[in-house]
Amino acid sequence: MMGPLIPLDIIDPAWNNVIAIIIGIAFGFILESSGFSSSRKLAGVFYGYDFTVLKVFFTAAITAAIGLYYFHFMGWIDASLVYINPMYVGPAIVGGIVMGLGFIMGGYCPGTCYTGVAIGKIDAIAYSFALMLGVFIYAEFYPLYEAFYKSGFMGNAMVFDSLGLTPAAFIMILIVVALGMFVAATQIQNKVKKVDY
Amino acid sequence: MTDKSKKYWNPYFGGVMLGLLLLATFYITGRGLGASGAAKSATVAIVDKVAPAHAENATYYSKFISDDKNPMNQWLVFEVIGILAGALLSGALSSRLKFKVEHSPKITSRTRIIMAILGGIAFGFGSQMARGCTSGAALTGMATLSLAGFVSMMAIFGSGYVFAYFFRKFWI
Repeated sequence: MMGPLIPLDIIDPAWNNVIAIIIGIAFGFILESSGFSSSRKLAGVFYGYDFTVLKVFFTAAITAAIGLYYFHFMGWIDASLVYINPMYVGPAIVGGIVMGLGFIMGGYCPGTCYTGVAIGKIDAIAYSFALMLGVFIYAEFYPLYEAFYKSGFMGNAMVFDSLGLTPAAFIMILIVVALGMFVAATQIQNKVKKVDY
Repeated sequence: MTDKSKKYWNPYFGGVMLGLLLLATFYITGRGLGASGAAKSATVAIVDKVAPAHAENATYYSKFISDDKNPMNQWLVFEVIGILAGALLSGALSSRLKFKVEHSPKITSRTRIIMAILGGIAFGFGSQMARGCTSGAALTGMATLSLAGFVSMMAIFGSGYVFAYFFRKFWI
């Protein structure tokens, strides 16, 4: 069956929100079972005492990237209906830097904070409300950076095009780089002083 | 301590499961996973309720308000409701349900809460600027091999490593 199923009307869009909840349940279950409800475990990736985030994140991105490429190759998914994040150079970099600062201060990112909320982490509950405050501040002062927010638009730019590679070659390189990082991470973790949490 | 961490999944197994879920999400909906969009929808809904005239006039909120649809009726809002349920189930199965402030023994609960609030504000702000967070911009964007996904990922983690030095006392 050709996907994506909802955009092609193979599944009635009326099911959209039900599917969102089911996918969310799986998402929350996987994140919590992997330890992402613990801010001290998440922060470990930045101090070298726990590289779970790195391993889960890159394994997931590569698994999905290979799967999507394979589905496309087999004609199981219409790539023109798959959402590609638009590239706005400056906002992506500046927004990313601000998020990195938020990550190291708060110990969570938005998705992981909701898993912390679910199991009773009071710091995650505080973080989840603060997220909304951050959105509120962004919206209130939006005119100040509206021009910047819309700047540097490159359309639906693809990373392999930017590097002059084929998608398959890029995925191969990504796998090799990730494996190298996993080996290095394990070695670093063995040398860094253990942190109990 | 080791008993507790043993209960977590192997990270590569967790990664493959997350990757397969992301693939299934693309196959069904044509889009990936997300999280910060739900915080945005909730914020827009609250402002629209408390100060409707302001919400309609302010450029940023007005983009997400329409007459025929409640601002909370968004795919990501339902997905986050699912995240809460799924994480609760996982936590319950592994006996991890407990109200507590998790923090390094070197800082107080109060300090941890203050840092969580400051971090949440920064992350909420940055996620709007970058059009998505670690889930919607970085992970989902990387799966489709979009340039935005890889740039977002490098900016978030690169910045985290740079700032980690200044905040080390709060963690180690």
